[in-house]
Amino acid sequence: MFGWEFPPHISGGLGTACYGLTKGMSSIPGLEILFVVPRAYGDEDQSRIRLLGAGDVSVDVRKIRKRKYLKDLSYIEIDSNLVPYTSPEEYTRLVKKSENRGKRFIETRTGGKLSFSGGYGKDLFSEIANYAIIAGEIALTQDIDIIHAHDWLTFPAGIAAKRASGKPLIIHVHATDFDRSGGNVNPGVFEIEKMGMHLADRIIAVSNLTRNTIIEKYGISPEKVETVYNAVDPIPDQERLKLKRGITDKVVTFLGRVTMQKGPEYFVQAAYKVLQKMDNVRFVMAGSGELLERMIHWTAKLGISDRFHYTGFLRGDDVFRMFSISDVYVMPSVSEPFGISPLEAMQSNVPSIISYQSGVAEILRYTLKVDFWDVDAMADAIYGLLNYPSLAKMFARHGIQEVHDMKWENSGKKVYSIYKAFVS
Amino acid sequence: MYFQVHQPFRFRRYRFFDIGNDHYYYDDYSNETILQKVADKCYLPANELILEMIQKYQGKFRVAYSMSGIAIEQFKLYAPEVLESFRKLADTGHVEFLSETYSHSLASLKAGGEFERQVKAHRNLMKEHFGKVPKVFRNTELIYSDEIGARVAKMGYKAMLTEGAKHVLGWKSPNYLYCNALNPKLKLLLKNFKLSDDIAFRFSNKGWSEYPLTAEKYVKWLNLVPKKEEVINLFLDYETFGEHQWKETGIFEFLKAFPEMVFRNSPFTFSTPSEVADKLQVVAAANVPNPISWADEERDLTAWLGNEMQQEAFEKLYSLCDKVYSVEDPAIRQDYAYLQVSDHFYYMSTKFFSDGEVHSYFNPFDTPYEAFINYMNILSDFEIRLNAALKTHVDDQVARLSKIIQEKEEQLRRLEKQLAGRKVVRKTVRKPSASENLGRVETGEPGSPKQRKSPAGAGKPKTKKTSTAGKKSPSGKKSSDT
Repeated sequence: MFGWEFPPHISGGLGTACYGLTKGMSSIPGLEILFVVPRAYGDEDQSRIRLLGAGDVSVDVRKIRKRKYLKDLSYIEIDSNLVPYTSPEEYTRLVKKSENRGKRFIETRTGGKLSFSGGYGKDLFSEIANYAIIAGEIALTQDIDIIHAHDWLTFPAGIAAKRASGKPLIIHVHATDFDRSGGNVNPGVFEIEKMGMHLADRIIAVSNLTRNTIIEKYGISPEKVETVYNAVDPIPDQERLKLKRGITDKVVTFLGRVTMQKGPEYFVQAAYKVLQKMDNVRFVMAGSGELLERMIHWTAKLGISDRFHYTGFLRGDDVFRMFSISDVYVMPSVSEPFGISPLEAMQSNVPSIISYQSGVAEILRYTLKVDFWDVDAMADAIYGLLNYPSLAKMFARHGIQEVHDMKWENSGKKVYSIYKAFVS
Repeated sequence: MYFQVHQPFRFRRYRFFDIGNDHYYYDDYSNETILQKVADKCYLPANELILEMIQKYQGKFRVAYSMSGIAIEQFKLYAPEVLESFRKLADTGHVEFLSETYSHSLASLKAGGEFERQVKAHRNLMKEHFGKVPKVFRNTELIYSDEIGARVAKMGYKAMLTEGAKHVLGWKSPNYLYCNALNPKLKLLLKNFKLSDDIAFRFSNKGWSEYPLTAEKYVKWLNLVPKKEEVINLFLDYETFGEHQWKETGIFEFLKAFPEMVFRNSPFTFSTPSEVADKLQVVAAANVPNPISWADEERDLTAWLGNEMQQEAFEKLYSLCDKVYSVEDPAIRQDYAYLQVSDHFYYMSTKFFSDGEVHSYFNPFDTPYEAFINYMNILSDFEIRLNAALKTHVDDQVARLSKIIQEKEEQLRRLEKQLAGRKVVRKTVRKPSASENLGRVETGEPGSPKQRKSPAGAGKPKTKKTSTAGKKSPSGKKSSDT
């Protein structure tokens, strides 16, 4: 598998999803997974994967025995400075740092920026090409049956590996550039995505929403694309993550990157409407991103700053601490291929409101769904959940079961059945 | 054969920011278009056909209808010709109109008089429109239990219709006359759900092994019923004809051919529920400790009160009942009647996850949660209005009573003076205290019983009231909109 990020160094759902999927597949007998990421930090999940320090060679392959599952999951680190999904803070920091050093950044999407800090190629695309060369080498030196590439940055690597080894290529689409850019795709990214999809033997989409995008926007024949929904891990030791609530007000939470793709402005508008009618409620925007400053200005202008709070970027346990003091979770995404956070909210007994423009809306029953632009409906849903207790009670009771049934093992099995079609 | 006629007043999308600002709850456009569509596709052609057949068979073909008060109000507003055609049917003398709750409500599941109040209002409405006081009762969605039956018997009905639910009947056949377990005077007609649903649900189902269903085949099935069984109760939604089963499916041809086949090929005849109750002997009492209905596989109440949302809405609605009847406000009573329509609770059902198709077909909301939030928003506004009206009402009463007290006191003082003049002092004279009077006013209610009738009850002064209420309701609003 070619991936791009691995917990805890993640900024979006991709790393979490890759990690969950590999874990879900680790219980399948006779299957070994070799996971490749461009850059390792050394503090990745040490309980499951033992990381060795990287050498100064460009490709460093080490087999690591996974203690828990008694299976080989090799983690190959490539000495690259490519940072695919930087968190917004990190990005700002990197920009500052690299400006001093005179390094270059390339903007590939409005929803977040890709940075690279030199050393390898002249630009991002040659960086990707270099990664592909390494991937080809790996494919030749390792005994593999299936190549599985996660999202566009790894597609050239997947193609190279396929060319080198002749093994079938499966491409896993967690998001397309249409989701990230809101329609104004970067032609370079689009080309890579399209090439990967056309050369792939099979494509896995994380939802029917994404599957349709692949079919319609990239001209792929429907038989080649299969939907495998993501899942969610149980929260370990949930009690530990409970925060004491310091206020009696209700709390409504937005959690995610503050970028156009996530629809933060619709959340602000809905908050404004609810605050016209209720005063015992507070809104929290947890996350950061390029639209954050604009949101802060806007809430000030609307005169709701005393009821509208910003936490900055949250990760790991902080996400669950935030949920533990929330009464409603809102995900107003404009385009969300899957969307794992409503599931995390449900695990914390928080009822959620999600947009129809999210893949997860296809499988969730015990949640309220609205169109992201329908601020009235969103405000109404928030008000309803806060004021009519039976609704939240019902969601909590059934939602926990619903989310409990979404297991990575099931997604893993489905992916495995796709593999099996290619391996006799 | 009995046909159910009902259409709810559908609510508009009512957002929480409307609460306290906008007291108009109805979606006039969809109410009007749906009613007119159903009138054109079902009520008018079906009534015409039934009338034709009654005339053709000179009364040997006869049917019964139960029509909610809410449906009649909509006919008046949007399609008076439908009401007219029902009147023509009534005039033949071969059509029986049954009693039900005015609002097509679930009030029978609540103690406290609202059920009886609605039944009375509906009874008056039937008398007003069709000239006869119904003797047979059919509850909303055929909901029935021993206790409900006893309450119905107490109101003077001789018979009641309900579902021939398997889990109640066990090995027993629905094709006999039964009676209520608590009060044997109330006879029970039980729906033969197999034969009824063959028409209502399966008629046009191409996946059904018996498709296509012809009148000939159907009458063959009737003949298969053991000879000693006495009655086959076919209870159907009237909208089966032309609306649930479209004209193109041949449902009207079926209905037209049915009596002819019955007369030609079988020993069966047609009777109204009253006639069945009079003619047949009761074979046994039906024991129904828990309420049943004609809905879904389970034949229970879970379609309306199965989840937390439905229960919260239902409890909240009926907790307002006493307040509603302690204020004299026709608009409030009218809205209260419309809020009780069972369809609103049906929209909140989460059973579509398992019992999908039928539920989603009738539901104007995308999800039960939206239906619930919408309903609760409306109920919140209604409660605000109700409390405001109650306050004014109480204030008025207090003012009126204080005035009386004042007058009495003055009178007393005058009398005492007179007495003092005669040098006789009686200290036992007691003033009526304000609290005593208020207590009476709040529990009981001022005004004659006639004034307490529900907004759309019968009677001439009533018609006037409805028309003023009508200003607020669909027609009035519509004209101001266009």
